[in-house]
Amino acid sequence: MDAASVFTGFQFSDLRFLADAAGRTLLISVLAISIGTMLGCVFGWMLSVARIAGDATLGLLLDVFRSVPLIIQLILFYNFFPIIGFNVSPFTAGTIVLVFYTSALVAAVARGGIDAVPLNTRRAARSLGMTYWQDLRYIVWPIGLRAVLPSWAGVALGVLKDSALVSVLGYVELLRASQILITRTQEPFLILAVVGAFYFALSFPISRITARLERRWQYD
Amino acid sequence: MIEIKAVKKSFGDLKVLNGIDLTVDKGEVISVIGASGSGKSTMLYCINALEPIDSGQIVVDGVDVHNKSTDVNKLRRNIGMVFQQWNSFPHLTTLENVALSPRIVLGKSRAEAREIARSQLEHVGLGDKLDVYPSRMSGGQQQRLAIARALAMEPNYMLFDEVTSALDPELVGEVLDTLRLLSDEGMTMLVVTHEIGFARDVSDRVAFFHEGIIEELGPPAQVIEHPQSVHTQKFLANVR
Amino acid sequence: MDYTFHWRPVFRKLPDLLQAGLVTMEVAILAMLAGVVLGLILALVRMSGMRSITWFAVGWIELARNTPALLQLFFFGFGLGAFGIHLSPFLIVLCGLSFNNAGYLAETFRGGFNAVPPTQVKAARSLGMTATQTYLRIIIPQVLRVVYHPMTNQMVWSVLMSSLAMLVGYRELAGETQFLASKTYRIFEFFLATAIIYYVIVKLIIGGSRLLSWRLFRY
Repeated sequence: MDAASVFTGFQFSDLRFLADAAGRTLLISVLAISIGTMLGCVFGWMLSVARIAGDATLGLLLDVFRSVPLIIQLILFYNFFPIIGFNVSPFTAGTIVLVFYTSALVAAVARGGIDAVPLNTRRAARSLGMTYWQDLRYIVWPIGLRAVLPSWAGVALGVLKDSALVSVLGYVELLRASQILITRTQEPFLILAVVGAFYFALSFPISRITARLERRWQYD
Repeated sequence: MIEIKAVKKSFGDLKVLNGIDLTVDKGEVISVIGASGSGKSTMLYCINALEPIDSGQIVVDGVDVHNKSTDVNKLRRNIGMVFQQWNSFPHLTTLENVALSPRIVLGKSRAEAREIARSQLEHVGLGDKLDVYPSRMSGGQQQRLAIARALAMEPNYMLFDEVTSALDPELVGEVLDTLRLLSDEGMTMLVVTHEIGFARDVSDRVAFFHEGIIEELGPPAQVIEHPQSVHTQKFLANVR
Repeated sequence: MDYTFHWRPVFRKLPDLLQAGLVTMEVAILAMLAGVVLGLILALVRMSGMRSITWFAVGWIELARNTPALLQLFFFGFGLGAFGIHLSPFLIVLCGLSFNNAGYLAETFRGGFNAVPPTQVKAARSLGMTATQTYLRIIIPQVLRVVYHPMTNQMVWSVLMSSLAMLVGYRELAGETQFLASKTYRIFEFFLATAIIYYVIVKLIIGGSRLLSWRLFRY
């Protein structure tokens, strides 16, 4: 197969189509990661405060999101909404599931971050007259964040890649778009390479940056 | 004035404080000695409301510490505390470590807080370490940082919880010197310590703790040089 | 709410679902085993510092970690198809999962080896142990301890990822569920049952791993 024949079915407008789809992948990922992270931090804080009671209730619930394949969660929720009388778009259903999925993963990370701050450091902060919330904001947050930023980045990149699964609901994000193009052009290798390169170009630098930050943040 | 009246506290079945009475007058330095687990540190935590008490009363400058309506954050500004593990904030430079609480707790401006921090760090001999992260400093330096951090709140009282116990022997001296300096300046201090020499030289009074009560209390010449109780005698014989 | 749940078709097909659950376990375990072997090789190659082969290991590892698993599956599916290589659905899933597992496990193993201080080798050799003895008796047990928990997580991932098989036409648990759901139109009921089965499988793996770790690590 020579280079010329590879490019025949693939037109310039197809690149546009892929770019639009990539934009949708980004949109749904950014939504899921930002909202899911905020929610996950709150959940993580609740778990760290409630301890055993938290593990037995919220912890158990969040654990379900981590123990059932995302693709099954997506299909379940998408088909659950009509049952309770709502018709939601694949985009809405996908975003909601991804938000809770992200929040469950972030909650575990956030709890680890809070637990990474020694009790005595927090006591020192309180002995200086800081309120509970000042202690959280100025001591626990920055120390915990540094401790778990790599794990959080791992979660965020995971969600970026997992967002490809929303394609099963028919939402035309990047991977779905590539399937459509493959069916039409019969050039799977080229298209998969382009799509793979896009994910790689997004994911690889972020994982490198966080690894660098992690080294720089060894407190020296 | 700190007044501790008949304070009792248990962790589960373990009675840590079994009726403590102690009054710390303004300008006074009291050293607290005794075996590990005799309740010395717990008493300090209770004075600062970092631990609740079961019964009794602790009054600081007329304020009942463990009364529900007491604003503990306001109270703690007035009582500085330094811990065995220095607990420096690892994510902040030396200067930021000290400047943080004047800014967010006392509401000082950024510039004011930094000025306070600078002068307190010079006070404890760390004027050349302002922009260094704690991880780059020795234990003795970090402990002096912790003292400066507490002093920056301009407290009337300072509580020291075995501040030299976690230090390498050669670093103990510089921290004790800082404590001496504060005592010379007239700071009111309650010092839990294993350094008998320091207790003898610096304190106005020495309190010997034994199983949750103050077994002996008086000037160092009495408690350390001529202990009355058998337990005090035994303890002093062991640490010497 | 005018939807009526019909659970009978699910109960009738429950043996089929459980059977498919076994297929899921089988493919996930096989992919994990392949991933461990390949991951170990990749980690050793990456640590060897031999430039001529390091790039290959690094390329594999970074591709596996930085692209969606589903894309990797597609590559072994119609990607290879472009070159006239047509794998069976089972092989597509097995290859895709093994490729992914190997990439993640390689980094896990590398971290494990780095976590053992080099002085341990010196200490063991100074006692007169051979290089092989040092590795088998001193280094590997310590590495295993570090990588054990991440490996358990990877095994869970292996099970969760295997559900992607339904998108390449392989009938493990998710694929079977889709097949049954589309035949009976009881989508929600079937997928709920399947979600529960996945949950149980994952809990069994984590529980089993915990039991094993009590036996393995007494120190």
